[in-house]
Amino acid sequence: MNEKKNKKKQNRLIMRSAILLVLIAAIGYTIYNSATADDVTVLEVGDKAPDFALADLEGNDHKLSDYKGQGVFLNFWGTWCKPCAKEMPAMDRQFDVYKDQGVQVLAVNIAQSDFEVQSFSDQYGLSFPIVIDKTKSVMTAYNIRPLPTTVLINPEGEIERIVTGEMTEEDIKGFMEEIKPE
Amino acid sequence: MEKKQCQCGHLNPPGTVLCEVCGRSLTEKEQKSKLVDMRYEGTARRSQTYNKSIIDKVWNFFSSVKVGVSLIVLLLVAAAIGTILPQKAYIPATTAEEIKAYYADVYGSVGRVYHFLGFHDMYSSFWFILLVGLLAISLIVASLDRFVPLYRSLKNQRVLRHISFMNKQRIFADGPGAEDTMQKAEEKLKELKYKVTTDKNGLLAEKGRFSRWGPYVNHIGLIIFLFGVMLRMMPGFYVDESLWLREGETRAIPEAPGYSLENKGFQMETYTGEDDEAVFNEAIDRVGSVAKNYQTDIVLYQKPEDSLPGAADLEKVKESSIRVNEPLKFDGYAIYQMDFRLDELKAMRFELTNKESEESLGELTIDLINPEKTYDLGNGAAVKLLGYYPDFSGFENGEPQTATPLPNNPGFLVEMTTPETPDGETSFITIKNTVEPFGENQYKLAFQAAETRDVSGLTIRKDRTLPILGLGGLIFMIGVAQGMYFNHRRFWIQQKADGEIILAGHTNKNWFGLKKDLDQVTEYASLPAYVDQQEEIEKAEKLESEEQS
Repeated sequence: MNEKKNKKKQNRLIMRSAILLVLIAAIGYTIYNSATADDVTVLEVGDKAPDFALADLEGNDHKLSDYKGQGVFLNFWGTWCKPCAKEMPAMDRQFDVYKDQGVQVLAVNIAQSDFEVQSFSDQYGLSFPIVIDKTKSVMTAYNIRPLPTTVLINPEGEIERIVTGEMTEEDIKGFMEEIKPE
Repeated sequence: MEKKQCQCGHLNPPGTVLCEVCGRSLTEKEQKSKLVDMRYEGTARRSQTYNKSIIDKVWNFFSSVKVGVSLIVLLLVAAAIGTILPQKAYIPATTAEEIKAYYADVYGSVGRVYHFLGFHDMYSSFWFILLVGLLAISLIVASLDRFVPLYRSLKNQRVLRHISFMNKQRIFADGPGAEDTMQKAEEKLKELKYKVTTDKNGLLAEKGRFSRWGPYVNHIGLIIFLFGVMLRMMPGFYVDESLWLREGETRAIPEAPGYSLENKGFQMETYTGEDDEAVFNEAIDRVGSVAKNYQTDIVLYQKPEDSLPGAADLEKVKESSIRVNEPLKFDGYAIYQMDFRLDELKAMRFELTNKESEESLGELTIDLINPEKTYDLGNGAAVKLLGYYPDFSGFENGEPQTATPLPNNPGFLVEMTTPETPDGETSFITIKNTVEPFGENQYKLAFQAAETRDVSGLTIRKDRTLPILGLGGLIFMIGVAQGMYFNHRRFWIQQKADGEIILAGHTNKNWFGLKKDLDQVTEYASLPAYVDQQEEIEKAEKLESEEQS
């Protein structure tokens, strides 16, 4: 009789704990989801970087998959964005150092005219390829919100790091070091 | 708490008010009252039964109706506060600072406090969601705690109840009966669609028991509804995005991977007031103009399956128009016409003229979306674009700046060459003025005209949770109907050895209907006349108070 009672008590505890646990987990997950809803990071560190194909100012297509085996420093920018303009010369200098070590810089302009991008490139004497995302489809695929945003892609094609905001030359150097092939 | 042994010998779980078997009152309070408390059939709500581990305590907390009602009140108050000022999603500001400034500027100190307390984003704040979640737990726990014992008790109810249970029912009768009374009562009750069970000298007639499950069905509906709302926050279930699309632009549709939309043209029509539209004249006179149509002509593109984002090989899916209330629908998405802005600058026409003689050397049109490098005017005259600043915002270190990529306030740095000035003259032109940085020029670019384009404000929606929300709502309504429009009616009748009839009746609502049924049975089976004991009590109380005053 007592044993039966204990068993019943135990079952009750398990049942109640299970129900409460499931409900609390559901609430926790919902709150977590709503808290991160503003910056829906469809992309996360460790994800495979979505492939894309964009044309540069000379009309040459650049596919992300073309750079497999190299580290790709993918920088999203616009001429109106001041921090973007500030970090560009530093990126160019570090690209000079790391391009022979298998690091590729790709600057993705957000839907501006060829003229604006070309004059910007000429003004700063940039040597890395600049592609223009005319329909914002790559920006949408990568879920880029603030500019500048830099996506660091390792030689395996996986996202190593996502940087939003301006980077110092030290940062840039460190990031290139991170994605440099062995 | 200990188990309670009833006089009939049955061992009841702790917290029981009326004996599960015979219906005798088990508590002192209950024994003293004139009528029994029939809520939950006098069973022990489970929360009152055990209170030992922490889990039990948490469980009991949520099982309390007081807690549930408090949660509902809190939610109501919070939801009401959220409607005092517009939520952040509906104000024309995007960044955190802009939003903060907007509330302060538009609503003053009230707005500042409102924003400070986080009420500007009420419905997605973590504590609001937490409150809804707690309410969901309360609904589930409280329902389980009440439904399970009630179900058991109704399933196992006995036909023969103790006299003390019967005479404390609201409807009670006691008096002599004939030999065939029981049999006739059973006949009539069956005719009235009651389910009759008999045991020895008694019978139990029951109808509409399922009405007792109404509240619990209702709660299940609510839980499903809340589950659907929760799903909205999961990626892929719910999309509510906006897209400003300028005429001539093609843009990837946010949250709709692979799809792009081109704006072929926006139009806004108003009623002319002529012919068929004469009925609108009064309104037109009063307000100036009456909108007839807002429309965006669009082309929907999809990226071929083996193609990559960014590639130019988009495939046309369809060409159509989006009007207010006539969205473009595809693949579970709907795109609505929501907003518009008229007349954004698109192109500007200039004339190259000699300042002194006002002689023109020709015209050029600069496309503000896609400017060219040089504009050859022929006869040795040309204008070369050195710099273009679509939204000129001033100089920084002598360098012209642009605030946004939109041509709101275009600025051009140009070099003009003419046969007269073969070395070229440099000029910086904005809408308001012209700067000649290297001294007085002989030539100028005189502004002639501007071309504009409209911007269409579109909303992209997808809602996969609608069927779940619909199901939840339907079940909710079924529960309401079940509990409201059906009654659980019961009669207990016993005939003692000396022929005396004892009758008791109970219903969860609609006592009038119960009495109407009983009147028919009483007449047919010659039952003793019944009393409504509650009415008797009320009458007595009324009399008493009248005597006192």
